[in-house]
Amino acid sequence: MSILWAFIIGGLICVAGQLLIDLTKLTPARILVLFVVAGCLLSGIGWYQRLVDFAGAGALVPLPGFGHVLAEGVKKAVNERGLIGVITGGFTAMAGGVTAAIVFGYLAALLSKPSGETP
Amino acid sequence: MNQSEVAKQEYALLVEQASPGSKVAGNCLRAFLVGGGICVVGQIFKNALLALGMANDDASLVTACILVVIAVLLTSVGLYSKIGKFAGAGAIVPITGFANAITAPAIEYKKEGLVLGVGAKMFVIAGPVIVYGAMASVLVGLFHFFMR
Amino acid sequence: MKKYIGRQTVKFANPPSVLAAASVVGPKEGEGPLCDFFDVVSPDVLFGMESWEMAESEMVRRTAALAVQKAGLHMEDIRYMLAGDLLSHNSGSNFGMRSFGRPFFGLYGACSAMGKGLGLGAMLVDGGYAEYVLASASSHFCGAEKTFRFPLELGTQRPPTAGWTVTGCGTVVLAAQGNGPYITAATTGVIVDMGITDANNMGAAMAPAAVDVLINHFKDLNVGPSHYDAIITGDLGFIGRDLLLALMDDAGYDLHKNLGDCGMLIYDRAGQDVHAGGSGCGCSAAVFAGYLLDRMKKREINRLLFVPTGALHSVATVQQGETMPAIAHAVVIENK
Repeated sequence: MSILWAFIIGGLICVAGQLLIDLTKLTPARILVLFVVAGCLLSGIGWYQRLVDFAGAGALVPLPGFGHVLAEGVKKAVNERGLIGVITGGFTAMAGGVTAAIVFGYLAALLSKPSGETP
Repeated sequence: MNQSEVAKQEYALLVEQASPGSKVAGNCLRAFLVGGGICVVGQIFKNALLALGMANDDASLVTACILVVIAVLLTSVGLYSKIGKFAGAGAIVPITGFANAITAPAIEYKKEGLVLGVGAKMFVIAGPVIVYGAMASVLVGLFHFFMR
Repeated sequence: MKKYIGRQTVKFANPPSVLAAASVVGPKEGEGPLCDFFDVVSPDVLFGMESWEMAESEMVRRTAALAVQKAGLHMEDIRYMLAGDLLSHNSGSNFGMRSFGRPFFGLYGACSAMGKGLGLGAMLVDGGYAEYVLASASSHFCGAEKTFRFPLELGTQRPPTAGWTVTGCGTVVLAAQGNGPYITAATTGVIVDMGITDANNMGAAMAPAAVDVLINHFKDLNVGPSHYDAIITGDLGFIGRDLLLALMDDAGYDLHKNLGDCGMLIYDRAGQDVHAGGSGCGCSAAVFAGYLLDRMKKREINRLLFVPTGALHSVATVQQGETMPAIAHAVVIENK
């Protein structure tokens, strides 16, 4: 059951992105920014957690889920450290995913070269 | 050529008529299937990690890392661009799209050196996500600090 | 003796002859309908080099050497080299020509470079400043994507209005004496900006510039579209071509019978997934040097109006939300 809802909700979030690309000419970079910020703010007011409870990876894997992780992290840090948590929480929460992307992206750059295989 | 504002407006209308729009329905269907499919892969990994006794938050993080590694591998063998061409936002919006956005310029700019090429260009597309993610998290943090 | 006529046209007193031409293209262009007309189809987009930038320069170098060889000349005979491309600071041409040691003018006119090179080259020859002039224009898909769009491995969709940058180079050798075909007139375009901001719809940005130069060309020389066997624009593509026809209809010129476009000729639209068609400096240059001159030699076309078109934006101006200026140059090539 968790898999079915992950598929449907995750797919629908991507459809929202596709509609923005096709109908508004927003570039992919802007959509990524928009989705992360939206996820973070929705999570800040407590709404996104409900979607995560319901759809699991369907809400966590799309980029609003990344924003949600940031919001959860900053809230936890504020609870523990007060105002200091405001400036440490977000980066602490994204550290894992971003570091993984940097390290593996870097290794990929070292090991491969532009193929010129045009998509 | 008459380049008055009126002529420009008339020309803009002509261009709109002549330019085919994107095939929205088909694009959305493919985005749904591929984007949903990537989430399913994530859910399967997460379920497996939970079954192995991992804590929920850790399982989410490890799942994200696994998806990142898969996306990096697909990017470096030239497959992610093909998936992206097929699926559009279905390949951009999941965390795999973020990993692709970091890896693609890192590979492309390797010739410009490891510091100003790979190191700097890695973030030409994904950098704004981190910048605005951090900004939004500070907003949420402040809100939480004063409202809790 | 006065050689200029009307608002912006020159009519050559001793029309320079196209002595020889060479074209080198990449693998995708080699799969297109014009493959048999190109001198060299490289199976390797890197042309044996290490980067897209050096690949383009190597392509430029090879094409220039081949054109001079086909003309039966030595590089020392070339008085001026004129060359343009799409990379930053014209580096494709600068690096491609650096080993030849001949006087060099780099031209930037975006995809209109070949029209600019032919017009200026013919002026240099007819003006008596050179016996032999070489004109070249090139583009490379991967280098252009890197310069203007996204890294190749990024998973994005191209909108249906986007063109496909041709990997190719075309080079011609112009001479004071020769058996033709001859460059008899050239109309230099003005910069036209009709307010298009979508960098993925360059055909729409460039069509008005082509319209402007065509109308002024017809007026300056007091001829009409039917004066020419073929009027071939550079890289308007399918959308830009339709817009040009509509604008020309409005202006009272019927181009439906003899208009063609290099961007529509070079690829098979159905089979090669190139959206609006080919673009880039190398598109019009390679199609002219390979295909159009061949048809002139076979006398299937005897009077050609060649109109390369270029969009004069940069990445910075597009990001700043500026509109896209464009330009087109018209060159008349005739058999005797």
